[in-house]
Amino acid sequence: MWEYVKLVALGLVVLCAAIAANYARDLAYMVHAVIIMLVAGGMFLYTLRTIDEERVPIDHTQYMDGVIRYGVIATSFWGVVGFLVGVFIAFQLAFPVLNFEWAQGYMNFGRLRPLHTSAVIFAFGGNALLCTSFYVVQRTSAARLWGGNLAWFVFWGYNLFIVLAATGYLLGATQSKEYAEPEWYVDLWLTIVWVAYLLVFLGTLINRKEKHIYVANWFFLAFIVTVAMLHIVNNLSVPVSIFGSRSVQLFSGVQDAMTQWWYGHNAVGFFLTAGFLGMMYYFVPKQAERPVFSYKLSIIHFWALIFLYIWAGPHHLHYTALPDWASTLGMVFSVVLWMPSWGGMINGLMTLSGAWDKLRTDPIIRMMVVSLGFYGMSTFEGPMMSIRAVNSLSHYTDWTIGHVHSGALGWNGMITFGCLYFLVPRLWNKERLYSLSLVNWHFWLATIGIVLYAASMWVTGIMEGLMWREVDAQGFLVNSFADTVAAKFPMYVVRGLGGVLFLAGAVIMCYNLWMTVRRSPAKEAETPAMAPAE
Amino acid sequence: MDTYSLLREIADSWVLLALFSFFIGAVIWAFRPGSRSTHRDASDIPFRHDDHPAARDQEQEARP
Repeated sequence: MWEYVKLVALGLVVLCAAIAANYARDLAYMVHAVIIMLVAGGMFLYTLRTIDEERVPIDHTQYMDGVIRYGVIATSFWGVVGFLVGVFIAFQLAFPVLNFEWAQGYMNFGRLRPLHTSAVIFAFGGNALLCTSFYVVQRTSAARLWGGNLAWFVFWGYNLFIVLAATGYLLGATQSKEYAEPEWYVDLWLTIVWVAYLLVFLGTLINRKEKHIYVANWFFLAFIVTVAMLHIVNNLSVPVSIFGSRSVQLFSGVQDAMTQWWYGHNAVGFFLTAGFLGMMYYFVPKQAERPVFSYKLSIIHFWALIFLYIWAGPHHLHYTALPDWASTLGMVFSVVLWMPSWGGMINGLMTLSGAWDKLRTDPIIRMMVVSLGFYGMSTFEGPMMSIRAVNSLSHYTDWTIGHVHSGALGWNGMITFGCLYFLVPRLWNKERLYSLSLVNWHFWLATIGIVLYAASMWVTGIMEGLMWREVDAQGFLVNSFADTVAAKFPMYVVRGLGGVLFLAGAVIMCYNLWMTVRRSPAKEAETPAMAPAE
Repeated sequence: MDTYSLLREIADSWVLLALFSFFIGAVIWAFRPGSRSTHRDASDIPFRHDDHPAARDQEQEARP
């Protein structure tokens, strides 16, 4: 019966998408309608062809790892895509001729930049969070994922969201909110997917066989719930037409700006920090083969981070129309936030106490430790930059870009790489990775790449900030804006090269993971009873 | 009093107090007497069920 309902629903979606494509008022909307029509049509055919097949009953004695394997592949793929676009736009800034005349309006910096940020944050980071959270919640709850195929819906639905968002940016569908660029119908789709994600996660937690909810799951849950709240409030908008991609924001002026940066900073706080801390609290102890340094500290870390992060947004709006009290509030909370951040970093690092020799022998643990180091560094730099006086120098300069990348490449990137190296042999039932020396290569390429990136952005950011504010004896500005752009050229090239190194490391990782699946010896089953059912 | 000022008034008095007491309460709860063994047990969770879920009837057996 359910299959017939599904067929009817899919058929209706195809029909509606075809009508929408016909009446589309702009190109992006038409392309999206066609994509939806093709996806729904393909699923319709698939459902129709398999309708009489026996359903395999859900095996509750096994974990659901198929969706996690797909998540690992998607993470690696989107990672390389995101880094590649990043490298390209870095060189576009250094050499404007790369904004090709024939691709104007599609592949110039303004169109590719949101593609890069969304590809690395939401596609690479998001898929990493999806698959690690599914892995961790099963292992720490000792229960199979709840909801049967709902986890598959979450995975494919989320990746459809990414494809719609990415094609939309290239074709000019954007609501011009940083990190929340997708237009109204893509936002609605993400909301549906996200609620399904929450249900799968909560359902698994409710089915858990452990009495206590392990701390990693608290961080994952905070990430899922808060991102849902942020996404809905920041995307309150009214579509201009049901057949067009344009929409009008509900808020305007400074209220809109405040809502946007409340969203923007908490996307950093709950997507890129809380979620990835969930990964840290599971995979660092697993790889170090010892429990977390202090469980008490992890509880305090959690509550302090949750209570403080949500207030820090206004530090993005110093010296704007936002009232002074609000930006001071954001600044104070950002500085206080330094404490729980470092508490978490210390908790992760000290997990290795008594096993520091692993740093020498295990490149995966080295990656995780460096990621914690970058976490500590960028959570010190961030509060400092949120102080109004420092911000007057750093804001609108490349220092901000450097800060973001030391956090994103160093913390999020490195911990994700560590998790992928941990997961692939286990998910494909292999004894070990294909090559540890390739992991070493990846480690050093990525680390040197980040150092080049961050260092060049510090130099160019502070230089540019100082040049903008330099006045002569008469009180006139000394430099024109174009002077600062010209002075930045060498640092832009160094930054681009740092990106090339980081990208090369990621490509090596993909090769290594691929060869692990193809060539590494299979793990011998310890007892016949524990062999996987498939 | 307009809505903004009213909400502001509530937010920086009672709500602030409630959130702050919740946080302090959570910290005190973490340090409560007898929490050490609970926490030691909880921090061992990642090392228990690597390969397959706990069977429904083995629930107690899994925890020493």
